[in-house]
Amino acid sequence: MKKIEAVIRHFKLEEVKDAMTEVGVQGMTVTEVRGFGRQKGQKEQYRGAEYSVDFLPKVKMEVVVGDDQSKLVIETLIRTARTGQIGDGKIFVTDLEEMVRIRTGESGAEAL
Amino acid sequence: MKSMCWAALAVFLLVGPCGAILSAEETTAVTSEPQVNQINSGDVAWMLTSSALVLMMTAPGLAMFYGGLVRKKNILSIMMQCITLMGLMSVIWAVYGYSLCFGDSVGGLGLIGDFKYAMLNGVSPYWDAALEKGVHPAYGTTGIPRSIHMIFQMMFFIITPALICGAFAERMKFSSMVLFSVLWGTFVYCPVAHWVWSDFGWCSEFNPKAVYKAYDFAGGTVVHITSGVSALVCAVLLGKRLGFGHEPMPPHNLTYTYIGAAMLWVGWFGFNAGSAGAADLRAANAFVTTHMSAAAGTIAWAVMEWLMRGKPSILGACSGAVAGLVCVTPASGSATPLSGVILGLCAGVVCFYACTTLKNNFKYDDSLDAFGVHGIGGMLGALLTGVFATRAVIPGTKDPCGLLEGNANQVISQAVGAGAAILLAVVGTVIILKIVDALLGLRVNQAGELQGLDINQHGEEGYIFL
Repeated sequence: MKKIEAVIRHFKLEEVKDAMTEVGVQGMTVTEVRGFGRQKGQKEQYRGAEYSVDFLPKVKMEVVVGDDQSKLVIETLIRTARTGQIGDGKIFVTDLEEMVRIRTGESGAEAL
Repeated sequence: MKSMCWAALAVFLLVGPCGAILSAEETTAVTSEPQVNQINSGDVAWMLTSSALVLMMTAPGLAMFYGGLVRKKNILSIMMQCITLMGLMSVIWAVYGYSLCFGDSVGGLGLIGDFKYAMLNGVSPYWDAALEKGVHPAYGTTGIPRSIHMIFQMMFFIITPALICGAFAERMKFSSMVLFSVLWGTFVYCPVAHWVWSDFGWCSEFNPKAVYKAYDFAGGTVVHITSGVSALVCAVLLGKRLGFGHEPMPPHNLTYTYIGAAMLWVGWFGFNAGSAGAADLRAANAFVTTHMSAAAGTIAWAVMEWLMRGKPSILGACSGAVAGLVCVTPASGSATPLSGVILGLCAGVVCFYACTTLKNNFKYDDSLDAFGVHGIGGMLGALLTGVFATRAVIPGTKDPCGLLEGNANQVISQAVGAGAAILLAVVGTVIILKIVDALLGLRVNQAGELQGLDINQHGEEGYIFL
């Protein structure tokens, strides 16, 4: 099993979600996050006071998929979340040791 | 020990005048007050509406406007200051504030009122044994009872110290702010209101013997100059917020600020048009002139930003509306709507510079620009009132009124009235802050400021998720 975390742009969320469902992803968790990468922050002005805002808002999506599915899901993510502009985000993939469905106690791939 | 001093002072301020009045009540015949014979229901309806509108400016209006501008750890402290002033200043006003402003002048000097109306004596209805009926004292020869004049003016007494809160936001101790507001209302607001608005004030439009008659229809001098200048003194004497200048302190919720500004705009119709004291032609003109100035101010500030900084901002448009409203406040009873547009344009441009260039050059931390908008806007309005005042609007005069009608002296009178208010505001605020500092201290400690006033001073948080 792999856990795939993708930090993406807000306005891409719906498109990415729909595409992920189409390729068979059953569930996901999304959170509002802030951070920076090479895009860095932006300048904001309030009554003449200028602030550089280092942490930009993004959406983080977490999905867990079987090992065989992971390549397809990553490709789908790249295809749908990309605009080509700096600031499109990143994908992090990790091996997942265990996963349990609380209601039934099923674990591993069965809990997917 | 400190809380004892504080309590003793509060008792003195609240009870002192009551005692004096209660003993004097037997000898002072309240029946000397004119009573309401002919109620003008139109005037009563409009003045009650106006009073409610002005209260709306403080309670939701200013609280939202200022609340959105602070960091999220301090929003409740702003709201608490606003609602506390609604409670505190109302009671003080009824006990002695109204009387100090609108009572007979002590010694006929036109400097401060006496205790004639303290405890609402001569304001509240009373039972007249001879007439065998309840009597509602009238406000002069108008068609409204004095109680309406009292409650309308009370709302100004609430919002004025609330405006100052913008200067010491995010760092002043709550207890110190309470004591400061009580003393400031008593020793700065009440005298200036007496000078400018009572029939006996030394620079009052309504005092036939006044040498310098300063037009201040709805409080450009009494409310905005006094609060704005005192705000600057507070900002300087309290010092900057921790991290000011090198730590970002952006507004935490400009949508609140927008809502607050919108409420201020609407409430200002009561503030200005209500200052006519009646539902009459002068009120109608004040309403229109007020709106035109706010509209022009909004555009002016936003355009300035657009030209100078590349983008027009919500905060700029909101600030421009308030600047236009502040500037037209003294003029609304004496200028035409077209003059209102000019006033608003001037206010938008001048206050924009005051809140950006001026503040940055002098490096004072007027957190929410109480001086830049209210102080500067108020001074500008006071002077421009002397330019645009016209006999077409001011009833009962055939002589030229403002500079544009050929009466240059009016500008001088305006400057004298404003200058005197500035002087008292500076001196009074410095002395009061020194007293408060000695008794209670002015600022929360460093840890408290970092933690935020909401938790540190009130034990609550504005935003709790989960």
